[in-house]
Amino acid sequence: MDFAQPITWVFTSLALVIAYTGFRVVTSGNLIHSALALVFSLAGTAGLFLLLSAEFVAWVLVLVYMGAVMVLFLFGIMITKAPVGYDAELDNEHKGPALVAAVSVFVLMSWSTILAFDGQEMSSLGVPTATEDLADALLGRFVLPFEIVSFVLLAALVGGITLARKDNSPAEEEMS
Amino acid sequence: MPIVPVLILAAFLFSMGIYGLLARRNAVMVLLAVELMLNAVNINLVAFEAMWLDSMASGQIFSIFIITVAAAEVGIGLAIVLMIFRNSHSANLDDFATMKG
Repeated sequence: MDFAQPITWVFTSLALVIAYTGFRVVTSGNLIHSALALVFSLAGTAGLFLLLSAEFVAWVLVLVYMGAVMVLFLFGIMITKAPVGYDAELDNEHKGPALVAAVSVFVLMSWSTILAFDGQEMSSLGVPTATEDLADALLGRFVLPFEIVSFVLLAALVGGITLARKDNSPAEEEMS
Repeated sequence: MPIVPVLILAAFLFSMGIYGLLARRNAVMVLLAVELMLNAVNINLVAFEAMWLDSMASGQIFSIFIITVAAAEVGIGLAIVLMIFRNSHSANLDDFATMKG
């Protein structure tokens, strides 16, 4: 890494924020703090995407993840009557094996990426991908997956409502 | 800028997600850890896109698909957690052992 370039400093500070808040998500003893740490981790990721010239994906991340999904998560935490405040019982007794698995995956992945990609540069930095190009690809080459994913969203919508609603359907009430 | 630091950051986030997935007791916390892992994959895809300059922008398109599917997954996952909570009055994964032999 060349620390004479400003982009290296921007990346380093973003990476520190992302890594620390990502660490807090899984280690914090407070459910709400954990969810809010994920918000900061995602905000750092959006900044990293801006740095990596992926403007549209960065704003989609801000809107969908930080806007919608995090509200859903906080809603889920509140509605399951989770203890708000510090809770020592948040982690189970498998912390040791979990730590071993996480550390070995990290060592394996970083070792193999260093072996495979050491010395390769990201060349397109500073030239944002035009949203127009993304739209052309999304509605041209990738139009079938795009339609399928919209169907997946519809199915998730219907499934979520069906699973979460309280009352039985009229047909079931007639039977009982 | 070299690509390796970005990939190592993504690997760190992914392993944090694995730790949270295995060590957390609350079902909502496990879903949060899954989001962390999906986010790590998104970082990888966007970094490779910036490295290989695909004319289709496939990396960014795929990360948009991942974000969409993750939103659907969170909706369904929280609905399932809600339903289990209504039946067993707990969101604690250790309590969901009715199918254990």
